[in-house]
Amino acid sequence: MNAQTGPLILRLTILGLVLSVMQVAAVSQLTIFGTNVDLLPLVVAAVGLLCGSLTGAVFGFAVGLFIDTALVQTLGLSSLVYVVAGYGAGRLRELRDPQAALVPMAVGAGATAIATIGYSVLQFLLGVDAPISLLLLRQVLVTIIVNTLVAYPVYALTRRVLLPALPEDPRRRRRRAYATGGLSPLSRS
Amino acid sequence: MYDKTVRRRRAVLALLVVSSIVLLTASFGGSGGVSSVQRGVFEVISPIQDGASRALKPFRDLFGWVGDTLDAKGQNADLRTERDRLRRQVVDEQLVLGENAQLRSQLNLNKRLSLDRLDPIQARVQGTSTSLFSQTINIDKGSSDGLRTGQPVMTGAGLVGKVSFVASGAGKVTLLTDSTFRASARTSGGVTGVIKPAAGSPNDLVMNQLAASDQVTKGDLVATRGTDPTATRFPSLFPPGIPIGTVTGVDDPGTDTQQVHIKPFVDVRRLDFVQILRRTIGGSGT
Repeated sequence: MNAQTGPLILRLTILGLVLSVMQVAAVSQLTIFGTNVDLLPLVVAAVGLLCGSLTGAVFGFAVGLFIDTALVQTLGLSSLVYVVAGYGAGRLRELRDPQAALVPMAVGAGATAIATIGYSVLQFLLGVDAPISLLLLRQVLVTIIVNTLVAYPVYALTRRVLLPALPEDPRRRRRRAYATGGLSPLSRS
Repeated sequence: MYDKTVRRRRAVLALLVVSSIVLLTASFGGSGGVSSVQRGVFEVISPIQDGASRALKPFRDLFGWVGDTLDAKGQNADLRTERDRLRRQVVDEQLVLGENAQLRSQLNLNKRLSLDRLDPIQARVQGTSTSLFSQTINIDKGSSDGLRTGQPVMTGAGLVGKVSFVASGAGKVTLLTDSTFRASARTSGGVTGVIKPAAGSPNDLVMNQLAASDQVTKGDLVATRGTDPTATRFPSLFPPGIPIGTVTGVDDPGTDTQQVHIKPFVDVRRLDFVQILRRTIGGSGT
């Protein structure tokens, strides 16, 4: 464990705890287009995108376990889908390192799709008596759309909370060098 | 070095997935150990949820007010139509009321259970389930307040659900919109059946197990049926007469497979307080 791991774990714990409690106590009771925002896949994806696949997967597992316990649901269901969401977002960063401004929204939409569809599939596998209907598909789709709209603010909040504890990022170092008067390769030529 | 990192990453991922599946298996199989751990953690988390729920209530109210204002315009026309229909219904019912009193005395139905006799208790809603499948709320009353699983839960608007899990200081309520919920019900026209939620649509309940001769019309009111006096098995959990909702439509009317769609009176996403009837009728079924 290096010097930056401790503060990062602390910040991740606080972030996960606060957002999970907020989700259960308030956000889940606010209806938008007949459904509600689900902050948890968004924050798991944001952590994966910022910290990498390993941290994303562990954070997803912990958040899933907490939410299943808080809502007295079948343990392990949410953990499994959030592990996949966190790991997937982290691998995207490690393999492609996308820089476009819309990446957090796209990743948030993907994570929400994994969470809602994955949760539904697992529920069906466990034998929940609920036939696949157009209404169910509509609800999944609307949840993904609504979550996509709030993905960027959640990513920005997560980034703001975690940034001081993240390992030095070469891009940030480069940007800071230009901002403080350093010469860019272009100006030298 | 690279191989080591990759191996470590894959090992942790495999460990997390296996842990999830082990937890899932143990929890779904009803393992006592997992259940007691979950109960203990739930006891600890419950006060935090309660505090957060109280602290965030102004935020919820503000958001709700904005939404309500936007919805109000659309609801206005519907409410006017509903008012006119209710006016006509009131006139009809006043005529029926006199007959009803006579019938009630004849059939000795005035011994119907009053809710005060069922030992009601108020509880505050602490949290709401976020998933599409599990429609539940957490409340701040538990076994130390006399709550037991299966007890009916309601508000002033009507039926909310039933208690499905209790810890000493907190409990969980399965809402009538949950896919596992069932209740026997009766329409204002006297038709009886079993209600359950339509898949993926929290605001739509369906009543089935009707005969082809049963006639249900849009606008009929639906309430819990209670236990059939002639039934000797499977008494209902719910006392008769708790309002459930209004009929919004009928699929395949006049057939054995007809399904009645019901809009519940209670908005399960906007619950702050609920009432639990601690003295059940002795039922174990729907």
